[in-house]
Amino acid sequence: MSEKIEFTTERLKKVEEIIGRYPADRKKSALLPILHLAQEQYGWLSSATMDYVAYILDIQPVEVYEVATFYTMFHLDPVGKHVIEYCRTGPCCTMGGEDVYDHLKQKLGIGSNETTKDGLFTLKEVECLAACGWGPCFQIREQFYMHLDNQKIDEIIEDLSK
Amino acid sequence: MASDIKILTDRINIPGIETFEVYRKNGGYEAVEKALKKMSPDEVVEEVKKSGIRGRGGAGFPMGMKWSFLAKPEGIPRYLVCNGDESEPGTFKDHYLMKNIPHLLIEGMIVSSFALGATKSFIYVRGELMYVIRILEKAIEEAKNAGFLGKNILGSGYDLELVVQPGGGAYICGEETALLESLEGKRGNPRNKPPFPAVKGLYQSPTVVNNVESISTTPWIINHGGDEYAKLGIGKSTGTKLISASGHVKRPGVYEIELGLPVEEFIYSDQYLGGIRDGHHLKAVVAGGSSVPILPANLILKTANGEPRLMSYESLSDGGFATGTMLGSGGFIAMDETTCIVRNTWNFSRFYHHESCGQCSPCREGTGWMEKVLFKIEHGQGKMSDIDLLVDVAKRIEGNTICPLGDAAAWPVGSAIRHFRDEFEWHITHPHEATQKGAVFSNESILV
Ligand SMILES: Cc1cc2nc3c(=O)[nH]c(=O)nc-3n(C[C@H](O)[C@H](O)[C@H](O)COP(=O)(O)O)c2cc1C
Ligand code: SF4
Ligand code: FES
Repeated sequence: MSEKIEFTTERLKKVEEIIGRYPADRKKSALLPILHLAQEQYGWLSSATMDYVAYILDIQPVEVYEVATFYTMFHLDPVGKHVIEYCRTGPCCTMGGEDVYDHLKQKLGIGSNETTKDGLFTLKEVECLAACGWGPCFQIREQFYMHLDNQKIDEIIEDLSK
Repeated sequence: MASDIKILTDRINIPGIETFEVYRKNGGYEAVEKALKKMSPDEVVEEVKKSGIRGRGGAGFPMGMKWSFLAKPEGIPRYLVCNGDESEPGTFKDHYLMKNIPHLLIEGMIVSSFALGATKSFIYVRGELMYVIRILEKAIEEAKNAGFLGKNILGSGYDLELVVQPGGGAYICGEETALLESLEGKRGNPRNKPPFPAVKGLYQSPTVVNNVESISTTPWIINHGGDEYAKLGIGKSTGTKLISASGHVKRPGVYEIELGLPVEEFIYSDQYLGGIRDGHHLKAVVAGGSSVPILPANLILKTANGEPRLMSYESLSDGGFATGTMLGSGGFIAMDETTCIVRNTWNFSRFYHHESCGQCSPCREGTGWMEKVLFKIEHGQGKMSDIDLLVDVAKRIEGNTICPLGDAAAWPVGSAIRHFRDEFEWHITHPHEATQKGAVFSNESILV
């Protein structure tokens, strides 16, 4: 039996508040914020989760799928505990991002779109995170890690592995 | 002579400036008091027009003129939507402004919404900046508690509600009509224009979309007057501009400059970037975000006529695309002689291919082609004819698409070949050397 998908009471309250932000006939505007909430709770968006969001917003499941697949932040497959979203775009590369990325892959022993065996880390490559002058950088959930170098990578990974 | 006047960042280092209390003590929300108590909405529009400020999101369209185009049919709501999608590679100024001094944007949103007659306004922020969204939401809550948002603000009879909307990770949602689609809970596919947002925007209602920096400037304009603002800057480039600087400079970061500052001073003065890192030389600059043409060092410092190049809309575009570039979003990426232009161009073309929404075939197919051909050249598998093929593909995209992402993808490729053709050729004639780690061909004569 798969687990029942349902927002926590606290998040249900938040959902109500979010829907209230838009004109009554424009409830669909709440879709992106609610998908973020769902991913916050479950770590990724399964089709059951997306169906649940469709039900909450009174829209067709396909309307949710087509949106969730368009935006890169939504994970459509299970992910590790920490999803490292590493910036691979030009300015960060100029700041030394490629070498640091090689080091990170080596340290984790995985490549892009892979998860470590212990399920702790998933590595994803993303485009410019609007932090170029503070690069190289990556993001784990809401947290930015900036001015990265090999030593910092080691410290962060060791810290998160504890 | 450009001064070092700061109008957006003057208070940014004050401890606690992110709180309502400290912001208010330092002159915050005075523009709201002035506008709502002493001015009519049209008078606010008039000041913004007089200021001459041009949109800071990249296109540089005069803000006051955009506001005056807003349709005002009876009985239909109007919307102001702030564009905080900031995804143009090299640009991180809106991020800096919103996280450090959120109330400046909130104050600007109130003044601007009042001017446009909007009673519900949106700030669309890229989803990756969720922590910034939380900072903005907290600031909104504080402003509401102090009576600057909500019903009957300061007893003026004007009501305003502000909503912060997260994106979901998509560069294209920075394009204003894609942003509106996204805000309606859909995929971020740009709309055909016309109708323009000023007539049919969010929820089919008249809408103004402005960048974070543009809106954050309005409090100063209201406090000091549009004429005072227009005295700053140079010619039609009035005021100050935030520049996001990255790359091989000593002091990367966000700088507020008065428009008209010489590029040379910006790069080499200790007040700004402090020069190129020790022991290295400037090779190239992308001056306005990844979409604008790349220029070799000599042409960024001086125009083709030998005039000093200035940080202004006009001076940066002097010489057209043959020898000039654009101010764009102000994403200033400096590269020294260790940078491989071919690799950087391939990286950018991968970005545009990845971010194309796929609606128009020249963009969808063209960005894919360019990425593939550049990958081949970068990896030592290119042919001489590939260089002209790239130029041809870039030309076919330009001007043939629904939105400007197509142009934005074509320009970096066209300009890199225009100015660094020898580097592309070297990759093709020296495939073995070119694929060694860290191998770079730099024509010594262009370094500064
Ligand atoms: C592909 C693309 C991406 C864009 N990204 C942004 C962005 O991240 N932020 C922004 O303010 N404008 C962006 N723009 C420009 C907007 O379409 C629009 O011109 C701008 O938000 C208007 O505000 P302004 O007049 O104050 O600059 C982008 C345009 C295109 C074509
Ligand atoms: S130019 Fe590209 S991004 Fe813009 S609408 Fe067409 S396919 Fe989409
Ligand atoms: S290129 Fe990495 S944050 Fe912009």
